[in-house]
Amino acid sequence: MKLSEHLLEDNVILTTVDKMFKWARASSLWPLTFGLACCAIEMMAAGASRYDLDRFGAGVFRGSPRQADLLIIAGAVTQKMAERVKRLYDQMPEPKYVIAMGSCALNGGPFNLHSYSVLKGVDLIIPVDVYVPGCPPRPEALLYGLIKLREKIEARAGGEGLRKIGRN
Amino acid sequence: MEELRPLDDIGEEDLVISMGPQHPSTHGVLRLVLKTRGEVVLQVTPHVGYLHRALEKIAERVNYAQFMPYTDRLDYVAAMNCNLAYARAVEKLLGVEVPPRADFIRVIMAELNRIASHLIFFATYGLDLGSLTPFFYGFREREGILDLFEMASGMRLTYNYIKIGGVWKDLPPGFVDKAYEFLDYFLPRLDEYDRILTDNKIFIGRTAGIGILPADMAIEYGVTGPNLRGAGVAWDIRKDEPYCGYDQFDFEVPVGKGEMGKLGDCWDRYVVRMQEMRESCRLIRQALDRLPDGPTMGRVARVMRPKAGEVYVRSENPRGELGFFLISNGSAKPYRLKIRTGSFTALSVLPEIAKGWMVADVCAIFGSLDVISPEVDR
Amino acid sequence: MEGTEIYNLVKEMFTGPVPGFSAELDPCIEVEPVGIREVAAFLKGEDHLAFDALMCLSGVDYGERFGVVYHLFSTAHRHKIVLKVLVGKEDPRLPSLESVWKATAWFEREAFDLYGLIFTGHSDLRRILLPDDWPGHPMRKDYVYPESYHGVPV
Repeated sequence: MKLSEHLLEDNVILTTVDKMFKWARASSLWPLTFGLACCAIEMMAAGASRYDLDRFGAGVFRGSPRQADLLIIAGAVTQKMAERVKRLYDQMPEPKYVIAMGSCALNGGPFNLHSYSVLKGVDLIIPVDVYVPGCPPRPEALLYGLIKLREKIEARAGGEGLRKIGRN
Repeated sequence: MEELRPLDDIGEEDLVISMGPQHPSTHGVLRLVLKTRGEVVLQVTPHVGYLHRALEKIAERVNYAQFMPYTDRLDYVAAMNCNLAYARAVEKLLGVEVPPRADFIRVIMAELNRIASHLIFFATYGLDLGSLTPFFYGFREREGILDLFEMASGMRLTYNYIKIGGVWKDLPPGFVDKAYEFLDYFLPRLDEYDRILTDNKIFIGRTAGIGILPADMAIEYGVTGPNLRGAGVAWDIRKDEPYCGYDQFDFEVPVGKGEMGKLGDCWDRYVVRMQEMRESCRLIRQALDRLPDGPTMGRVARVMRPKAGEVYVRSENPRGELGFFLISNGSAKPYRLKIRTGSFTALSVLPEIAKGWMVADVCAIFGSLDVISPEVDR
Repeated sequence: MEGTEIYNLVKEMFTGPVPGFSAELDPCIEVEPVGIREVAAFLKGEDHLAFDALMCLSGVDYGERFGVVYHLFSTAHRHKIVLKVLVGKEDPRLPSLESVWKATAWFEREAFDLYGLIFTGHSDLRRILLPDDWPGHPMRKDYVYPESYHGVPV
């Protein structure tokens, strides 16, 4: 075989632009620092040394929503906070993804029945991609949710239009 | 920085900045509105309520035992202490006797959780000031404590382990050995972490002499816990109104002395917490050495109906005094449960002590108060 | 000092607005709303009493009337006392104790927010925990949860 063919075999990958974009997006999801309540501590523990988020490319927590593409709703969203969550979600540039972490973000959690101020699920105001149950979920559960999100990103055609068919 | 000259001659307008509710430097969701002139802060107004989950209303609608998991979520970083405070309040109305083994186990769990909470303070305070190393060290050591908690209760963060009348289950086999192992491993590490921050010139420059909280102002505003002790007042409920058998143990109460700057500054409040971790290790070791045998739960009915009455019981939480004002009307659900937390009063004193400092100092002062917003909002 | 001694001292000073005393688990002095500020100042200022720390201030809905319960503590003498003020539901006004203990400022705001109690003389009485346009005062026993708030179901 000629030298040029050897080089082509080992050092060149042939793929589509789509797949490359999806791989890039999935491998470097940058979350926004948005811990609301108890799940925030487990999110911080997931980012710390034992359960490392950075090995999935998601360890760079950004302070501003304009620079983040993953919103992890960690904790209970109250009526007073709901408008701010919506505003933060709107400020994030496309493509953006949402992980609802913990039972409070899923459906209000332990505050579903009696509390007058906790939202019964964050998908009442923003569309959610992955739900991670638990109260609080273990860091390994959050990592599993993150991996599921990556699979979702890589599986969908085009990577755009990743919207959960929510309750609204 | 002792006095600040207003920059009147330059003629700047005042700027109003909203810090939060989403900000890397806030401890939970909290909004601080800063009125600044240049870099100097003239006025700080905290806006709270972004995590108001109506715990007090929920308390009127569920049983006494059913409310225990909600106390975990009150101050989730020190969940065992919150469980303990609520259990003591109900036990006072019920008049139930807690067996000695349960008392000792409660002390061990409460002190372990105090160390875990102060480790989070160490981790996040370093992060607030721009130092990333304490974050990883703090969380790594905390994992050791969470392993112990998981052995005993099954959960890492919200335990629901200390029940009304005792504890949920006895300590599993191997817990005591693992606890000793953790203490032997952790205490030398604490000296190492002291070298990172406590004697660090940059840290001292950012915290010593900043945000001074004098003792009389602290008492006036109802500040309790390490914030009060950092101001020089030697008041600790474990020593002065002992409960759970704390009077049988030998431990010191660290108090701020104004070594680096002035008495009651951020450095004092920080060093009080670091010293408290050492004292907690002493307490845990003594409790493990003298752990008695016996039952771990007192005689408590399945559905508790305390006698009618009003009682206020307070406990020493890592963030201050956690008091439960409980009114019972003889039924199975509380008539009124008022939760008085250390963070609520600590935050109320922030506008006073942050006046006149710079914006970055506000982060240092606020971090040193160790406020956590679910305690403020409940 | 014991609860009964404190009550006797207070009764001597203020013959009018001090109706009752109950010595159950926590000794409690009941005070009329009109006299609470003077009683509080006396408890704080008198040397033998020196109640310089407010431990807790709670609003309570007792069914027919609202109550405000103050738990006081003295760091010098290490004794405690409870003050209770009862007000009617139609006009729940009572004097604010912000001038006596600064800690009451935020506690009174919370009682106003959750019960609708109005503390006259407070420097900044507005809602603290709930949004400013929240309907009603939720901790009242007869509160009905609203259907929705800004379009989101409650």
